[in-house]
Amino acid sequence: MTERKIRVLIAKPGLDGHDRGAKVVARALRDAGMEVIYTGLRQTPEMIAEAALQEDVDIVGLSILSGAHLALVPRVIELLKANGQEQVKIFVGGIIPDEDIPQLKGMGVTGVYGPGASTQIIAADIKQLIYG
Amino acid sequence: MTLSSSVLSGDRLALARLLTQVENDTLVGRHALDELFPHAGKAHRIGVTGAPGTGKSSLVNQLARYYRRPVDGAAPCRVAIVAVDPTSPFTGGAILGDRVRMRDLAGDPGVFIRSMATRGSLGGLAAATTAVVQVFDAAGFEVIMIETVGAGQAEVDIARLAHTTLVVEAPGLGDDIQAIKAGILEIADVLVVNKADQPGAEVTERILRNMLELAHPANGERFWLPPILSTVATDGRGVPDLAAAIATHREFLQQTGGWHVRERLLLQTEMETILYAALVSRWRAGISEEDYHRILTELLERRISPYQAVERLLP
Repeated sequence: MTERKIRVLIAKPGLDGHDRGAKVVARALRDAGMEVIYTGLRQTPEMIAEAALQEDVDIVGLSILSGAHLALVPRVIELLKANGQEQVKIFVGGIIPDEDIPQLKGMGVTGVYGPGASTQIIAADIKQLIYG
Repeated sequence: MTLSSSVLSGDRLALARLLTQVENDTLVGRHALDELFPHAGKAHRIGVTGAPGTGKSSLVNQLARYYRRPVDGAAPCRVAIVAVDPTSPFTGGAILGDRVRMRDLAGDPGVFIRSMATRGSLGGLAAATTAVVQVFDAAGFEVIMIETVGAGQAEVDIARLAHTTLVVEAPGLGDDIQAIKAGILEIADVLVVNKADQPGAEVTERILRNMLELAHPANGERFWLPPILSTVATDGRGVPDLAAAIATHREFLQQTGGWHVRERLLLQTEMETILYAALVSRWRAGISEEDYHRILTELLERRISPYQAVERLLP
């Protein structure tokens, strides 16, 4: 019996409409053998948390290019916790200024991946986190 | 509280976690299925199949919305949606993207959407889909919609699992009509021409009607001629009539005993699937690696035939 499948939720919270990066990551994680629930654009934190619960995901990937990461990420974390899913990991992609990375990591974000980040590294990081 | 009793009391996190156990075929999952089994058997299982691009997910979204707020004054139903997408045979991964079309259902506590990957199964559903549906049934969802992969051919799994199977077509997807080409017309209880606002919709409908008449010549017996309905899933046009057709099919099944026939077929198939897997497991446990490879070597050296090899492999 091989390792159990990793289930990942990829979501774009907020109003930004550029999803190419999110789709690239989704495909790369599929190619790494993961099951990727892709929820598309304009997700509210409530919708993301609801999907994370129904799909019982291991990790949530948030793609944020709007600059609203410091508002959106804590809200998603708060909602996951309220739903009893505090063990679900979070990683973030998109446009995140370097100076905000420590704050995000402090909240519990496991990885921040800017434009040009290697999708193989993202996949490897996730496997390390979930399989140990 | 056990996982199954939490599920029966309405705990949604417990439900989600149990679905994972069931999907991974764990002992915890199996025990919970045993406990939940007596509570299942009430839901109306609706299958939705059709080629990619026909708008299945959008249609499921609209139907679910309708069941949550029926126009005809009926009580709202709790709706579970199981959306199946294909696992890549090369990487073992999958993109499960059907939720993208179902954002209208977000925030509704009477709806539960679960995406599943086929994980190698070939009939349009995952091996664990039947068990997942059973969990939703026991948890009290009155309507369970199962959206299949929709690659076309060999989508027989859904015909066994669902009481009512919708086959969705759309105009302009090529000269041939996918349903007819693939032969899945036979499994349709209701035919839906979605994207009915597109050019060619009437032609599609006419061709389907002709094919149906050829396949089901009137013979005096009571039988079900699949109705053909037109919908525009993006704005909900035609959906109330579609729901009415589904309800009519349900009544037909219950009046003619067809409901019980399908239940029996489903349970018998489920039992036999588990039985075959269990028999193979037991056989495998009863034979040593050395014996197996010794017999395989004799086969490879053509000293025995495959049938003779099996005779020696069996106890």
